[in-house]
Parts: sequence; structure tokens; C-alpha cells
Amino acid sequence: MAEFLINLAASLTGVAFLAALWRFFRGPTPADRVLAFDVLTIVSIAGIVFGALVEGRFIYLDVALVYGLLSFLGVIVVARYLERGL
Amino acid sequence: MSNLFIPMTVLLCASMIVAGLMSIWSKRSLPIVMLSSGLVSLLASVQYLLLAAPDVAMTEAAIGSGLTTFLFFFVLSRVRGGANG
Amino acid sequence: MGELLDVVGGLLMVAGSGFLLLGALGLVRMPDLYNRIQAATKATTLGTLLTLLGVAFIRPEWALKLLLIGIFLLFTNPLSSQVLARAAHRSGLVRLPAGQVDRLAEDTGEKS
Repeated sequence: MAEFLINLAASLTGVAFLAALWRFFRGPTPADRVLAFDVLTIVSIAGIVFGALVEGRFIYLDVALVYGLLSFLGVIVVARYLERGL
Repeated sequence: MSNLFIPMTVLLCASMIVAGLMSIWSKRSLPIVMLSSGLVSLLASVQYLLLAAPDVAMTEAAIGSGLTTFLFFFVLSRVRGGANG
Repeated sequence: MGELLDVVGGLLMVAGSGFLLLGALGLVRMPDLYNRIQAATKATTLGTLLTLLGVAFIRPEWALKLLLIGIFLLFTNPLSSQVLARAAHRSGLVRLPAGQVDRLAEDTGEKS
């Protein structure tokens, strides 16, 4: 039962990944692409946590923490670039 | 090794190929190229994690997808006249 | 007892993944950049927090680091969306459709 629920949750996360990827490839403005990049990073955090749960390894959660830091810094830097001029 | 390994690998590798093609073929603007190459690094990092190498994944996420992309944006905001979008 | 906690954690993870899917769907379907920002950020924040909570139900010994990741996401995610919306508004990337009024540009005295 629990394994089926985990597989279902991973499948839903995969569909969310594909939808965000479609917006990344299609986005009209660069801000749309930055937003899609942010959403892809957050969905990847959920995927990494799924991987850590399935493999049963505690050390994978450190990579999820690095991803959170990376998403924040990336959006800040690109937003400053967009704000300064384009 | 679980039953989630094969679908996640297929999804990640197909997305990496499409993002790489987009970073090659996008001629209109430079930020799109930089974001696409950053996306390739991000997905490669998740793939390294699936291949049970968390230290390589952490380094790739911090340097390949983080520092390189930010450095490109910093340089592009300093260069005048080179960027067309 | 352990089986019950596993099922509860699995249900929480399915709910969180559903919110992630709804956020990504809003990212695809919404017509405007600001609508996309408010749809994607709120839904993905809640979805990731529910997923982390579900994993903490299944593996209670991981709860401290999961709490750390959750607090970090809860602080940084609305902040990054606000910075992105401000940058999009100031750089004039988004053209409003006819019939809509930009009160922020009127208040700050910018040109739309």
C-alpha cells in the first residue's frame, strides 16, 4: 500500500516536471523561463527526497539542501540582471 | 535499485538532450542560452544522484549549475553592446 | 503502528505531489506572468512542504534535516517570487492587455 502510494506520488511529480519543462521551452519572456527554472528546481527537490526515501540513504538530503540554496540564489541573480536593463 | 530508476533516467536524459538542443539553436537571446545550459547541469546533477554519487551531484549543482550560470550573467551585465536581448 | 504511519506518510506525499502538479499546471495554463508567478510559487511551496512532511512520517529519524529543508524553503521561496515579480515590473517586460490598470506604476510615478 505505502509502496504504491510512493510510486503514485513519484509519477505525479514526473508529470509536474514535464509541465514546467514545457513552460521553460515555450516561455515568451526570460522572466517566464526563470520562473520555470525555479519550479523545476523545487520539483527536483521533491524528486531527490523521493530518491532518498527509496534508496534509504540519509546523505541524499544534503543535496536537496544545496538545491534550495541554489534556487534562491539563481532567481536573485537573474532578477537583478533583468532589473538593471535588457 | 528500484522500479523508479528506469523511468526517471529516461525522463532526465530526454530533458537534457532537449535542453542542450535548445541552448544550441536559440539564436535570439543570450540569457535563454545561459539558462538552458544551467538546466542541463541541473538535470545532470539529479542523474548523478540517481547513480549513487551524492558528492559529485553536490559539486555539479553548486559549480556547474550555480556558479557558472551566475558568472555568465554577471559578465553579461558588465559587457556593453554585446548582448542583443 | 509502523504500517499506519507509512500509509499516512504516503497519503501526505500523494497530496503534496498533487499540489506540485497543480502548480505546474497553473504555470502552463495561466495567461500572464504575474498569474503564473502567484499560481506556481504558492502551490509548489505547499506541495514541497507536504512531501517533506510525508517523508518525515515514513522515516521519523530524518525529521530534523527535513525540518531544516522545509524552513529554508518556507523562507526563501516567497522572497524569490517577490524579487522576480518586482524585476519583471520594473524592467517593463510584461505588457498588460487593454482595459487593465497598473496602480503600482501610477503610485510610483513610473512610465508604464
